Amino acid sequence: MFNVQDIRKDFPILSRKVNGKPLAYFDNAATSQTPQQVIDAIVDYYANYNANIHRGVHTLSQEATDLYEQARQKIQAHFNAKFSHEIILTSGATHSINLVANGFSSLLKKGDDIIVSALEHHSNIVPWQMLCERTGANLKVIPMNEDGELVMSVFDNLLSKNTKLVFLNHISNALGTINPIEYVIEKAHQVGSAVLVDGAQACPHIKPDVQALDVDFYVASAHKMCGPTGVGMLYGKEAWLNKLPPYQGGGEMIAEVTFEKTTYADLPHKFEAGTPNIAGGIVFGAAIDYMNNIGFDAIAAYEKELLDYATQKLLAIDGLKIYGTSKNKTSVISFNLENIHPYDVGTILDKLGIAVRTGHHCAQPIMDYYGIPGTIRASLAFYNTKEEIDTLVEGVKKAKMMLS
Amino acid sequence: MTIEDIQNEIIDEFSMFDDWEERYQYMIDLGKELPLIDEQYKTENNIIKGCQSKVWVHAEMTDDKIAFTADSDAIITKGIIAILIRAFSNQHPKDIIDADTSFIDKIGLKEHLSPTRANGLVSMVKQLKMYAIAYQTQLN
Repeated sequence: MFNVQDIRKDFPILSRKVNGKPLAYFDNAATSQTPQQVIDAIVDYYANYNANIHRGVHTLSQEATDLYEQARQKIQAHFNAKFSHEIILTSGATHSINLVANGFSSLLKKGDDIIVSALEHHSNIVPWQMLCERTGANLKVIPMNEDGELVMSVFDNLLSKNTKLVFLNHISNALGTINPIEYVIEKAHQVGSAVLVDGAQACPHIKPDVQALDVDFYVASAHKMCGPTGVGMLYGKEAWLNKLPPYQGGGEMIAEVTFEKTTYADLPHKFEAGTPNIAGGIVFGAAIDYMNNIGFDAIAAYEKELLDYATQKLLAIDGLKIYGTSKNKTSVISFNLENIHPYDVGTILDKLGIAVRTGHHCAQPIMDYYGIPGTIRASLAFYNTKEEIDTLVEGVKKAKMMLS
Repeated sequence: MTIEDIQNEIIDEFSMFDDWEERYQYMIDLGKELPLIDEQYKTENNIIKGCQSKVWVHAEMTDDKIAFTADSDAIITKGIIAILIRAFSNQHPKDIIDADTSFIDKIGLKEHLSPTRANGLVSMVKQLKMYAIAYQTQLN
């Protein structure tokens, strides 16, 4: 049974004060908070198992290796990948995306098309621009509408036999829109294109099934799903991962090295050069366990309740406009007060102990579409409460009073 | 008045406030009153880019003293600009170069001048001093 007060007890940081006020943390889309179970897993690793993995004959190294590989299997099971070697552990979603973008530089030629969505985070735009510069491929963009949804009819027209890769996020970080990735994957496959989906914003809310989606690549970051920073994953279909060249050279990723020729290690090690973030990988597994113990159905149901409550309360404030009004969205509310700069509102809210994000959320094209410098973004998590939302609403009212 | 005198005056004014709310309300009011920069100077060239709020600064020297005008799209940023300009405007370039900004700490606004705060203010202070250095070389 989902009980938010019990869940909150797992998160030590939620009971701290900020500027003398109880913290109300609404910046979950930037990074989620860490439950004690996950903190304990970090401590447990360094207290009991710390060793370099994969190469040692000694017991510690073997135990650490087992834990690391068990974590990979947990991640595999969570995303329902067919094989554990289809899970590449990376430093996070950005690293995962760059790994794929780099791999495609040897597969693309002049005249090929890459399609990206207008709802992307900067980290999702720049690697493709760089890739197009290197290869002479063209970057095409699926536009968005006023509700913050991608316009699928335009996407249909962008697709052609030249399309080699379609890239979009599962859920927009700035607006919370859930994109129709099932449709995109099906259509892209019809023209023989690969699809890479950025799940960084989706994984805290839903449990994706990569086989059911038939997606070619899917990426996630641990720190958005109650795990530590600096670790994430790339899922790739085995055939695709075999096709891509290694990303970085180093230890772990080689089978045999002579000065004449190096043969690369098998998957997943081919893409995991050097000593990885061992503790991070293991603890990523612990974070996934934590979230699965609560259950993603329960999380989704509760977050929907919070989203509806917060949307209704905020819209009751005169002059408040919400950006991203798709019916299909997660618990992210991007908004502005009429004629008031988001930075000013964020500053006042901080004084009241309320953590929101202000600015363009690394998604400037979206802000340009709406013709605004940025928004105030409150992103809700399963450990937020209605009382905290009341605090936010009162804070916004106070900011409006002070700033008007 | 010297820059130091003005800074002390500002510290005195802020010491009358009991809490952050009064301080911020005062700063917001200062922001609203800030004489706007002449539109012709609100150019790309005069813009100081913080990630979140924009700041424009213009400087002119008459009778060996620099007058600054400025603006921002965020009102709290504008309030702090008003305070900084009050302290540094109509002063001799050398005095501006030598002036310190620790009075901002003393009035409880330190967090706004943190180098990691993406509001353009740190760059603005640097820019005020750069103008002073540039005009100082004209005087030498």
